[in-house]
Amino acid sequence: MSFFQMTKTVLKSLFSRPATLMYPAKPAKKTPLTRGHVKINPDGCITCRSCQRKCPTQAICVEVKEKTWQIDQMRCVVCAVCVDVCPTKCLTMDNQYRPAMTARGGLEKCTVAGPKKKEPVAADGVQK
Amino acid sequence: MSKQITVPFGPQHPVLPEPLHLDLVLEDEKVVDVIPTIGYVHRGLEKLVEKREYTEYVFIAERICGICSHIHGQTYVQGIEQIMGLEIPDRAQYLRTIWSEYSRMHSHLLWLGLFADSMGFESVFMNAWRLREHILDDLEATTGGRVIQGVCKVGGVRKDISPEKLDEMVKGLKGIEHELQDLTNVFLHDNSIQHRLRGIGVLSKDDAYQLGAVGPSARASGVAIDIRETGYAAYGKINFKPVVEYDGDCYARCVIRAKELFTSIDIIEQCAKKIPDGPVDMKVTGAPDGEFLARAEQPRGEVIHYIKGNGKKNLVRHRVRTPTFTNIPPLITLLKGCDLADVPVIVLTIDPCIGCAER
Repeated sequence: MSFFQMTKTVLKSLFSRPATLMYPAKPAKKTPLTRGHVKINPDGCITCRSCQRKCPTQAICVEVKEKTWQIDQMRCVVCAVCVDVCPTKCLTMDNQYRPAMTARGGLEKCTVAGPKKKEPVAADGVQK
Repeated sequence: MSKQITVPFGPQHPVLPEPLHLDLVLEDEKVVDVIPTIGYVHRGLEKLVEKREYTEYVFIAERICGICSHIHGQTYVQGIEQIMGLEIPDRAQYLRTIWSEYSRMHSHLLWLGLFADSMGFESVFMNAWRLREHILDDLEATTGGRVIQGVCKVGGVRKDISPEKLDEMVKGLKGIEHELQDLTNVFLHDNSIQHRLRGIGVLSKDDAYQLGAVGPSARASGVAIDIRETGYAAYGKINFKPVVEYDGDCYARCVIRAKELFTSIDIIEQCAKKIPDGPVDMKVTGAPDGEFLARAEQPRGEVIHYIKGNGKKNLVRHRVRTPTFTNIPPLITLLKGCDLADVPVIVLTIDPCIGCAER
């Protein structure tokens, strides 16, 4: 009985396609929801720093004065909280994994547009 | 009395996926005493709770364990919700239940594969992991993550499953049910496996209860403890019976996990039928002030998250009692008196997850 059951499994495995993929020669299976890595559209960023505050691993660093947005891809755990909290939706989740790294690093820095309106310097000046 | 020698087992050992060190005191081939040591993968996650906001900490709680990640996150948010008195939407409760059962299935299939591999049964190992891939695909399609789902948040869940996808998932599970049956039949009826497992590492009902065994280790000895019966998430609205065996040996612990796969399919099916429409999350304001012991049933047994907050964004204390930690004293009792050659099999039957145990 168990012998025939085993034969059934063997024949099935013999005549079906391999269950494995030749990754990375063939790309891995992906779904639209897959969390691969975080991407930014620099034109939309208003340097509000919500992503930096909410990031559980402190991978994101936003410099308001210099108008830069930096992510440490090696610290990032791809939880997508930054994507959820971004008020302008300039952060998106790409469903492709980042390629493996062969050296230290992983810092990605980009210059962003910054806030749309100018900071109310005049109002401060009046108060003083 | 013959001479005693001490043989180190682990932290690096072919059957151990994670570093557990056991000093086995042997008399000839018999184990007379066992001295366990853990502490190789301690990460200090509990202390981190003081540095992160309670809403962000969900993601860290999930990373306590790589296999039962969803249930860790879920238990943590349940605790926070209880402190803050939040009534989260029903749909979110059902979704949490569905994902919990999916992660239980993926954990059990992983264990069955590893267990077969530890006995040198490699084809069963590959078959088990091939079936597990189906579960992981469904998890990825609905949550975005294969092993770390990251869908729980304080006040609900982050993703919804459309009714069509839910139907597809249930059909998919029904589709692989006969394959799972074929797989578990090997564990349940194969002569060589029974010969290897029956009567080895017997834990009596009294010992299981007194030493605080949880999960499959306790249920295999006839102690019918299943925290799902307390009705957290949507389990209160689902009909299911915990799987209980009475032999207390390695075979019984294996049978429990094999049969629980089908209980999980049944629970997911019931959830898919009963799931109500509605929102999946709610707005949360303020911060937890108070303390709570949240309990949940993981694939390995009962997990307890103790959470204490003082009304600020950062919690004061977070303590996790994981199932593997409580299963170590029963493991020591199991190992005393067994043969050296049986040690790997017995250690594996409690499903040791040291990453969990050390946090």
